[in-house]
Amino acid sequence: MLKAFAHYLVYDLFGMAQGSRLSGALEFFIYDTIKIFLLLSVIIFVVSIIRSYFPPERTKRILSHKREFIGNILAALLGIVTPFCSCSAVPLFIGFVEAGVPLGVTFSFLISSPMVNEVAVVLLWGLFGWKIALIYMGTGLLVAIIAGMIIGKLKLEKWVEEYVYTIKTTGAAADLARQAFKDRMVYARENTIDILKKVWAYVIVAIGIGGFIHGYVPEDFLVLYAGPQNPFGVPVAVALGVPLYSNAAGVIPIVYALMEKGMSMGTVLAFMMAVTALSLPEMIILRKVLKIKLLAVFVGIMTVTIIGVGYLFNAIL
Amino acid sequence: MEIKVLGPGCANCRKMEELVKLAVKELGMDAEVEKITDIGQIAMYGILSTPGLIVNGRIRHSGKPLPTLDKVKELIRGEA
Repeated sequence: MLKAFAHYLVYDLFGMAQGSRLSGALEFFIYDTIKIFLLLSVIIFVVSIIRSYFPPERTKRILSHKREFIGNILAALLGIVTPFCSCSAVPLFIGFVEAGVPLGVTFSFLISSPMVNEVAVVLLWGLFGWKIALIYMGTGLLVAIIAGMIIGKLKLEKWVEEYVYTIKTTGAAADLARQAFKDRMVYARENTIDILKKVWAYVIVAIGIGGFIHGYVPEDFLVLYAGPQNPFGVPVAVALGVPLYSNAAGVIPIVYALMEKGMSMGTVLAFMMAVTALSLPEMIILRKVLKIKLLAVFVGIMTVTIIGVGYLFNAIL
Repeated sequence: MEIKVLGPGCANCRKMEELVKLAVKELGMDAEVEKITDIGQIAMYGILSTPGLIVNGRIRHSGKPLPTLDKVKELIRGEA
């Protein structure tokens, strides 16, 4: 039905000639844009409703005093649905530690939350298909679980700033007001509008780039440099991605362009993870609670794990 | 009555403060709105995502998206 609508717009309403490169690109652009925005609206809305049942306060309670491994898995999963922005990283970190959430488990949450979320998954689904979206989600969770477990095993609690352990929260301010289902719907609607406002421009650019370079840049432009045959493709992509910072929506246009032009799947996924999971602003914020050594270890473990994932997928996809 | 808005100073935290002040004014209440920006103190109150709203020692809101003006009034009145 969407296809027919795009067809109608381009050829009947705009009266463009069939079969030209421009009209074909426009039809593709209109179809993709509508499809992806429909997907985004519906899925963000549904996830927002689920999200309203998992405020950070509840997640904290669930993860408190959990054993490692189980705790890491739960934390990575909860990272998907618990709303969190890096500006709240410090109070969240302190709150988790104070509630007895193990350090490695806290990290699993902090890693998974910005990297694996509904926006990333929907955009990958809309542009590359559901298989790629699932693979990204699965590997993102895996990276969060593994990196968190390693940090837990290394017993790095001593490299957390001391003052964090001295903070005691006031028990009086324990619970948020209970929400009626109507309130959750309102929350979900607000949240969906909020997110769409933030990402729409990136999404349009991504779809536009897709159409444009599809026609004008040779298909195998990047194969030589970043195809599966080049053993340095993954580390170079990750090294470039770590200092770059963007949310999942912002990196999608670049990801689309790279993939179209022959960069291999594993390399692209590793690049996207490096961009979304590691960022300078977040490091600066986390520096308030972590000593520099722990930050360095965190970045190191993440880099190595993401490179590993990149190689793994280049080998099997 | 004791109202606190907690946030380190991001755009949403400032918006929240304005919203709460407006709500207090429209409700015609005699209450001071205190802004807490120190990150350690924010954590101490048990706020995990900012901005937070505390009314008479109870967390009434935390995180994004911000509540509407009507909702803020409800949150404040619920404790009055």
